[in-house]
Amino acid sequence: MQETTANQVAANATSSFTEHLQRQRPDLLPFGQSPFGQGQQLPAGNPATPLQVPHGTTIVAMSYAGGVLMAGDRRATMGNVIASRHIEKVFPADQFSVLGIAGTAGIALDITRLFQVELEHYEKIEGTLLSLDGKANRLGAMIRSNLPMAMQGLAVVPLFAGFDRPAGVGRLFSYDVTGGRYEEQEHHSVGSGSMFARGALKKLWRPNLTEQQAVAVAVEALYDAADDDSATGGPDPVRQLWPVVYIVNRTGAFRVPERELAAMAGTIIESRAVAQREA
Amino acid sequence: MTQQFYVSPEQLMKDRADFARKGIARGRSVVVISCRDGIALVAENPSPSLHKIGEIYDKIAFAAVGKYNEFESLRQAGVRYADVRGYSYDREDVTARGLASVYAQSLGAVFTAEQKPFEVELAVAEVGPSAELDHLYRLTFDGSIADESGFIVMGGQADKVSEAVAAGWQGDLDFAGAIRLALAGLVADKETTTLPASAVEVAVLDRGSESSRGTRRAFRRLEDADITTLLAEEN
Repeated sequence: MQETTANQVAANATSSFTEHLQRQRPDLLPFGQSPFGQGQQLPAGNPATPLQVPHGTTIVAMSYAGGVLMAGDRRATMGNVIASRHIEKVFPADQFSVLGIAGTAGIALDITRLFQVELEHYEKIEGTLLSLDGKANRLGAMIRSNLPMAMQGLAVVPLFAGFDRPAGVGRLFSYDVTGGRYEEQEHHSVGSGSMFARGALKKLWRPNLTEQQAVAVAVEALYDAADDDSATGGPDPVRQLWPVVYIVNRTGAFRVPERELAAMAGTIIESRAVAQREA
Repeated sequence: MTQQFYVSPEQLMKDRADFARKGIARGRSVVVISCRDGIALVAENPSPSLHKIGEIYDKIAFAAVGKYNEFESLRQAGVRYADVRGYSYDREDVTARGLASVYAQSLGAVFTAEQKPFEVELAVAEVGPSAELDHLYRLTFDGSIADESGFIVMGGQADKVSEAVAAGWQGDLDFAGAIRLALAGLVADKETTTLPASAVEVAVLDRGSESSRGTRRAFRRLEDADITTLLAEEN
């Protein structure tokens, strides 16, 4: 086909920041094209001694009466060592969506940053917000691009939640390392403590929770995950560290204030101490 | 074989400049005003979707007059420049000065090297923590760059509009006052005395977006209803 100017202009018109970087500055992408060059792989690792880098752990998310909620603990681990007690793993992606990340912390934080810029870039270029499904698909494509790194043991698994404004409901998406996108109902969790958190969610979650109740359920599910999974951090009254909780509803995404979380964590610890039972 | 006539470089540049000036004067004006609450950008623009004013980055906005396809490609290039810069360094490292100098270089290169110059005039505005720290840059079709203080008027009958705005401008205007002043300026070259909200495009860079709206993105586009209520206040 003849390469006309119109074809070139159309081919270069992109609203995606990631596509722009792939063409102009591939070295800035977090997906392991630099410093090894395009098409080259990371040096093969030895499966017996996996690369020692910080890993983020448990994220829980659930729907409630007015939208969705996402919460993450504050711990990153490196093998058997606690790499960070302060790390934050739940972020606002844009005005109406949040994402939480589990897996290799360094790459996950970069993918989060890229995803945030991607959504804002689209909004600025097009003058309108991306649809919730569009956002979820873009995140899936990014996770897919990270597959070569995941094969080397540097996997990133996000959880994505947002408010679908045309439909008027909160929605929840989980991913696998190949970028597969799965819409979840009611609640979901990812990370090393996820099976314990999911057990707790199954017993605590009910349809039509209020916002306050939903935050309490999330904090308690993370408490249960921390109780049984050594890589998940529980509420820390000594350092005054509480989970990071975001709610997303019709009006936008908001972080739940520390003060509320401290009170809720206090209530949970107290009720369990009073019961004097094993877990 | 056809004979090429000699044209002196002075004449060539003058012809190009006249051509660009004519194109810009055909359009309608845009007013950018720095005030107490931030920076107000007001354009006469009947289209609700083809914008003359746009967001570039957290504290930076863009306004343009002239040919839509030309300034739209410059706006998109500016958004890409700012996003790449903010992503590779830090969000704080994106400044209006850097962006304006990139625009100046591209406009200058097009003016001298291309078949025809861009028929556009641009304003790049950055809101600071106080009105003294606001930056307003005016970029013209030949790549000249000017650092303006207070306000910028571009396009259409810019002289008349500029006179009207200069007469009423003062540093402690709020947004309602600044937008009212801009609208009064925009009708300076017309018979009518008021413009309906649907005939203008208004956006602001909020000085206190972190405290008032909880976001570092200062740019906010005002809907027709917002404009009407803002102008109805304290009338």
